[in-house]
Amino acid sequence: MKTKKIKILIAKPGLDGHDKGAKIVALALRDAGMEVIYSGLHQTLEQIIETAIKESVNVIGLSIMSGAHLPISEKLISMMKKQKLNNVYLTVGGVIPNQDIPKLKEMGVAKVFPGGTSFDDIVKGINEIV
Amino acid sequence: MGVAKYIKNKKNGIQDVTYQSGIKVKPVYGPDDLEKAGFQYKKDLGDPGEYPFTRSLHPQSYRSRAWTTRQYTGFGTPEETNERFKLMIANGQNGLNVAFDLPTQMGYDSDHALAQGEVGRVGMAVDSLKDFETAFAGIPLDKIGSGLTINAVATIMMAMYQAVAEKFGYSKDQISTTPQNDILKEMIGRGAWIFPVEHGVRLVGDSIEYAVKELPKSNPVSICGYHIRESGATPAQEIAYAFEIAKAYIDNVVKRGIQPEEFVGRFSFNFNVYGNLWEQIAKFRAARKLWAKMLKNEYKVTEKKKLFLRGLFGGGGSGLTKEQPENNIMRSAYYALGAALSGAQTTALCSFDEAYTIPTPRSALLSLRTLEILMDEVGLRDTVDPLAGSYFIETLTLEMEEKILEEMNKVQQMGGMVKCISKGIIQRKVSNQAYEFEKGLQSGEYKKVGLNLPDNKNSEKTNVELHGYNEEWAEKSKSNLKQLKKTRNNKQVTQTLNDLEKAAKTNKNVMPYLVKCCHSYATVGEMTQVFRQIFGEWNEPDFY
Repeated sequence: MKTKKIKILIAKPGLDGHDKGAKIVALALRDAGMEVIYSGLHQTLEQIIETAIKESVNVIGLSIMSGAHLPISEKLISMMKKQKLNNVYLTVGGVIPNQDIPKLKEMGVAKVFPGGTSFDDIVKGINEIV
Repeated sequence: MGVAKYIKNKKNGIQDVTYQSGIKVKPVYGPDDLEKAGFQYKKDLGDPGEYPFTRSLHPQSYRSRAWTTRQYTGFGTPEETNERFKLMIANGQNGLNVAFDLPTQMGYDSDHALAQGEVGRVGMAVDSLKDFETAFAGIPLDKIGSGLTINAVATIMMAMYQAVAEKFGYSKDQISTTPQNDILKEMIGRGAWIFPVEHGVRLVGDSIEYAVKELPKSNPVSICGYHIRESGATPAQEIAYAFEIAKAYIDNVVKRGIQPEEFVGRFSFNFNVYGNLWEQIAKFRAARKLWAKMLKNEYKVTEKKKLFLRGLFGGGGSGLTKEQPENNIMRSAYYALGAALSGAQTTALCSFDEAYTIPTPRSALLSLRTLEILMDEVGLRDTVDPLAGSYFIETLTLEMEEKILEEMNKVQQMGGMVKCISKGIIQRKVSNQAYEFEKGLQSGEYKKVGLNLPDNKNSEKTNVELHGYNEEWAEKSKSNLKQLKKTRNNKQVTQTLNDLEKAAKTNKNVMPYLVKCCHSYATVGEMTQVFRQIFGEWNEPDFY
């Protein structure tokens, strides 16, 4: 068993404002014993990286509904590499078509949680990677 | 949210049924129930077309005119959107419902850093009047009305709609547009807000005032219980919060010295249809009645037509599942049935593939056909308010009315909607409800076909045809924008933007200034930037 609480930043990148998914996942992870920070809406990737560093999170969980998950994830991963955030894992959730999951994994996304993934599976998935 | 709880009662083996809004449903209803509730035909229903309009706004309802159908449409460049508009009109749709991409909704031009990857993705990209000229080419703007799904920058799009109509030779009193323009609901759900609450409400007020004086056929605001429900509100809260939001806008305009009688008739609403069929029907009937009563008693509105709760009852996105997406076709048909049995004036359905993608032309047409089948084949037009007098429906409608009033009172006790939203009270409440509901769905407490019924598992995965995203859209928008900035009269642009700034700072109505900006081909980003500098941006309250 881990002794330290997992710290996760649930972040809403970009202009999309559909935040119900992000918020309910944040509540579920909190109830599962994790320390959860919610970024709020309309975050630039720079702001997300900044918060992740400031809060020393283990995981960044992006919530994306607009269909822009591929370009956003790619850019964030390259920014994470630049900042040497080697111990921070990236997960992506939201409206993610099945065919994009391998593409995201190839980029370096640790876990993908498409809409409909159960809270249990999300908690399990995050525990697996950290 | 949206399904009822069915729990087997251990004592008698009968299922207990509780609706989302907290109403318990009896196994059998009879005349005693109506008597106990004090039901009176004239007071509680009235004839169709008569106050309080529980039965219908019009005496003949669908017998004289079917509902208006407005599928939500728009993507890519204005050229693509124009083609899809024409396809929907050619297939019998009689109003447009325009989707804008996120950069446009948030007031950024296509070349802005924050727009990258989003141009044309979830709606049409609009930078300037040039784009509206393309999108609305060949559409008879004096005959086809347009809903514009835009909020934070609704004033700008309304001005642009007037500008494009004038450019095409229509006068502003011929055109009919309904911008969504409900910024307070954006702050509860959907999230396309920019400015702080009070400035957001002021802009809504400006557009209403302007429409009263200058745009006789336009409806400046469409209040959306829809998105509030999608965010986790119950059906009763959906109506209650929408009405409290409406009151916030009414109060802003009244402060300008305009009487409610002069403008409330222009309000329209957008409500959701998914969930338990009976609860939705009772909700709409109760809502029509309450709105009319509220305007008459609290706001002293007298003219009959101005007491109408007009609007679009449709959508139902949260009721649809990603699992077994074809089930959504049937699901939507039943949601539409509820809307029809409620006497919806205007409707639209979410398409079955929306959990995956922007609807393809095929799925958008399926939605339209579903609506036509109800109107033209199965007999929903035969008689007005066919459920009237049902012991169950009338009791439920009265109970729903009470629940809505209860929720409205709670908001009032906390200081009204503007205060509740500024403090994040409503946002926290609906998020927590959404969380509880999702837990219930995952545990199987709420039944959902294709998702959590025992014999639904291990079903085949369906591959949905995806609506593509074309990187060229962004490039095209950007190059058009570059070209525009070279060829337009930049001196005139600067002048109109300066005038806009003065008006915004001095609390003048910004609408006429925006129309001039649009005519000078100032961009959406430039106009929004003027507002951003003066108003600042909203700081979302914490949601925990």
